Amino acid sequence: MRAPSERDAAAGEVLLSVEKVSLAFGGVKALTEVSFDIRRKEIRAIIGPNGAGKTSMLNVINGFYHPQQGRITFRGQTRARMRPHEAARGGIARTFQNVALFKGMTALDNIMAGRSLKMHSGFLWQLLRYGPAMAEEVQHRRRVEEIIDFLEIAHIRKVQVGRLPYGLQKRVELGRALAMEPDLLLLDEPMAGMNLEEKEDMSRFIIDVNNQFGTTIALIEHDMGVVMDLSDRVVVLDYGRKIADGTPDAVKSDQAVIDAYLGVAH
Amino acid sequence: MELLYKIFIDPFVQMGTAPDLLVQTLWEGLVGGVLYALIALGFVLIFKASGVFNFAQGIMVVFAALTLVGLHNSGFPPPLSLVLIVGGLGFAAWRFYHDRAVLDPNKVIALAVAAFGLFAFFFLTRSVPAFIALAVTVGVMFVLALGIEKLVLRPLVNQPDIILFMATFGLTYFLIGLGELVFGGEPKVMIANELYLPKGSVEWKVLGGFVSLQKIDIAAGAIASIMVAVLAVFFQKTRIGRALRAVADSHKAALSVGISLEQIWVIVWFAAGIVALATGIMWGARSDVSFALQIIALKALPVLILGGFTSIPGAIVGGVIIGVGEKLGEFYWGPLLGSGIESWLAYFIALVFLLFRPQGLFGEKIIERI
Repeated sequence: MRAPSERDAAAGEVLLSVEKVSLAFGGVKALTEVSFDIRRKEIRAIIGPNGAGKTSMLNVINGFYHPQQGRITFRGQTRARMRPHEAARGGIARTFQNVALFKGMTALDNIMAGRSLKMHSGFLWQLLRYGPAMAEEVQHRRRVEEIIDFLEIAHIRKVQVGRLPYGLQKRVELGRALAMEPDLLLLDEPMAGMNLEEKEDMSRFIIDVNNQFGTTIALIEHDMGVVMDLSDRVVVLDYGRKIADGTPDAVKSDQAVIDAYLGVAH
Repeated sequence: MELLYKIFIDPFVQMGTAPDLLVQTLWEGLVGGVLYALIALGFVLIFKASGVFNFAQGIMVVFAALTLVGLHNSGFPPPLSLVLIVGGLGFAAWRFYHDRAVLDPNKVIALAVAAFGLFAFFFLTRSVPAFIALAVTVGVMFVLALGIEKLVLRPLVNQPDIILFMATFGLTYFLIGLGELVFGGEPKVMIANELYLPKGSVEWKVLGGFVSLQKIDIAAGAIASIMVAVLAVFFQKTRIGRALRAVADSHKAALSVGISLEQIWVIVWFAAGIVALATGIMWGARSDVSFALQIIALKALPVLILGGFTSIPGAIVGGVIIGVGEKLGEFYWGPLLGSGIESWLAYFIALVFLLFRPQGLFGEKIIERI
């Protein structure tokens, strides 16, 4: 655990702000006028009971969903509709709740795929795999090997990811997101389905990414212990509305949050 | 007894007594197989990158060959130029209407297509030299890929694969209609001489006899090998290749790392178009360029089952096995069954394979943990 005060000082200006975002699928309201912000270099947790709209929120930030109302400002730019590959180009990387890897490819190729946007050599060179294409391949491979070392997955890098155990798949997915060298990293339940040891490893990686690379992280997590330890600030959603926002300690003692999680006596 | 003798002994005795005939049959099979493999390669490219079985690959072969020959014989048909002008300008206008900002690549390409249409309308109305016709055909295949992406694939994003498969049926009939409308339905002769493809044959003295090898067949084999080698490395080891495979595996994950589905689809359909063009030239040079060729394309199906739908080398190996198997069967066992064996043997081999190795020789067997 780190002292919250020290971390607050490190957190900088607002990187992303969500203002009054509403999203509905037909008659189902997934999000209703949600507003919050994410500051540079902080770890921001989004929590809430099942069906609270947490994943929808990430999908909105990353461009998979387009909200009907509200504005999203990322790095000072407000956008109406952003498509996922444009969000990726802008520096937003993410992982998925149920792991979305390229199953037929090796761990190495998966992480290399995360460098797609950083590689620019032309189609013809690529076809011949010669000259600039080859030089680029070598240069990015070096960076990817660093990430592989960092995540301690060197031993599985030539294994088809479909064959890996779940915990390692999650780690490869994190690696692919890191390979994009994002400004904002969105993690959707990075520790779901993991045992204690795997959770500890993953927590360590998340803290190291945040500390060493200065990457801003927004994460959804159900394990309250992990959330309280890792995050600098927490947003709580319930039925698509924001019910609390603040430091872990403040949120923990908030009556609305306690009611949402434990239910209210009628 | 006699039947068993004819099935199990006699053919091998024949092979032993006339080895030069055996070699000739093997060679014929090999060449047929390489041509099947070229068609299968087009299927594999699209299947690998989008999980769609492209029924239109056969007609793309015919369409490419037809365009090449048609251009050389009678130039770029004015109606097609008009379609390009109207389509290009229309698309650009539509893009500008939606988003008035800067020139994005889409608009540039649309305007370039329109400009080419104008150029063709005024300058390419008569016979075009062979190599210019070839270059223009490559351009036409690119425009076709663009059109397919914009008009067929994009509206069907996230639909089940079977829907996309049905869409390729529609595409097939569209291309048959377009090809007939523009270039006419009668068979044409491939411009092999003008493209400097080798002709004639070489005699090869072997095993006490002569085997005759058509030079065009040797060229076809060489071209197929080069294409396969380049594509295999491209798919396995480069950024775009990885992106292609990534898109096939998971659309949402591909999008999340910044891969643009549109771009990938255009690239892969264009590549399949180029493979179709090469196939069309080679098949056309051996027979005629006619719509009947697309039926042969169905032979790629057993090839794919054998080689695996996702393997580029598999397409070649599968093609050769089917080709050689067919010729051997036809020549040595055909008389027993009143011949005609060639039309179904390939499917029979594929069926046997399906029983024992459903993923094909080189196909990926995805093992999932549950």
